[in-house]
Amino acid sequence: MTRVTLFGTRGSVASPGPETAGYGGNTSTVEVCGSDGTLLVLDAGTGIRRLGQQVPRTMSRIDILLTHLHMDHIQGLGFFTPLYNPAIEVHIWGPSSSTLSLEARLSRYLSPPLFPVHLRDLPRLTCHQLPYTPFEIGPFRIRAALVCHPGPTVGYRIEAKEGVVTYLSDHEPALGLGNGRWPGKEWISGYDLAVDSDLLIHDSQYTDEQYKHCLGWGHSTYRHAFEFAAQVGAKEMVPFHHDPSHDDATLDRLFEDALRQSRPRFKVSQGREGAVFHVGAS
Amino acid sequence: MTHPIQIILTRQLATYLSVPVFLVDPKGNLLFYNEPAETVLGRRFDETGVMPAEEWSSVFTVIDDGGEPVPPDDLPLMIALTRRRPAHSRFFIKGLDGTVRHLEVAAIPISGLQDEFLGAVAIFWEVAA
Repeated sequence: MTRVTLFGTRGSVASPGPETAGYGGNTSTVEVCGSDGTLLVLDAGTGIRRLGQQVPRTMSRIDILLTHLHMDHIQGLGFFTPLYNPAIEVHIWGPSSSTLSLEARLSRYLSPPLFPVHLRDLPRLTCHQLPYTPFEIGPFRIRAALVCHPGPTVGYRIEAKEGVVTYLSDHEPALGLGNGRWPGKEWISGYDLAVDSDLLIHDSQYTDEQYKHCLGWGHSTYRHAFEFAAQVGAKEMVPFHHDPSHDDATLDRLFEDALRQSRPRFKVSQGREGAVFHVGAS
Repeated sequence: MTHPIQIILTRQLATYLSVPVFLVDPKGNLLFYNEPAETVLGRRFDETGVMPAEEWSSVFTVIDDGGEPVPPDDLPLMIALTRRRPAHSRFFIKGLDGTVRHLEVAAIPISGLQDEFLGAVAIFWEVAA
């Protein structure tokens, strides 16, 4: 069984406070734990700090898969305590740009004056340029592909024998759907990654009204997320990357409205910080 | 199989442009042309659909300023595809509707972040008479 735990569900910037306590204020971080204990961490938003505090003492390797290097997806990295533990190998996977390696790009944040510790001083850290062919970590077969979001940004398809988890935290597959109709599947960003997923974690940052002013910013509305999940045949979808301006009451309302309007044939679960999903549990 | 995001975004961009755009994959298969290109080529994309390179490079009659036929391999899009470099040319094309138009064509290869070759795109411009 693959266990998936949400440690940070917020987009753009951390937004703690009593009005966001229900869904959480930490930015994108998801733990994926394999049946053999293999630990993957999807993105290193502020949620990774708390995840780091819960890593078992016996853990010897952790793999962090970054979708992209926008600040809300890497800000927690320097506060991930396993990075400073010489007993733990940490591997960071992420997209390079056309001119800079992943390590060079990450070093722009993990170096003075933005951060006191240099990336190169971390004891057992290895950075990997993402291959765009499938690769394996423990029981997981992982595929990354560039998706529609400004700058080099990937989504992940994580396959285990128990099922498939797809993570598309920042994704605007509806960009260019002028007439509201989805094109053929070969023209939908992220389709191959998400097709037939058991669990799809998908960007749903905006309301329809917000989206009118944020076209091309790389994010989806609740409606887009529901439609994308239907297109790919997901079995369960989790709306994710909540807008920092949306308090708990707003997110509850958006969720209920989307359910009522879309009448999905798949299961939809709220993307709350702390939520746990078991893929392959029957 | 989903197209690479660079190809998807190029197609999306093309649908929002008033200049004719023609998009092919690495094998030269015609993947898409936009509405302004439909006017130049004389047929709607919905009618032609995906077309192999041998077909699209020969189905349109292309002649140079001297009235000589232009070999398919000398078309800018074929140069972008085979030599993987930008190319430009000016010629006359007889569309599928029988109309002859004088065109400027610029084509560029589409290379991904890791220099992977993903296809090519051509932009047409009708030369004023």
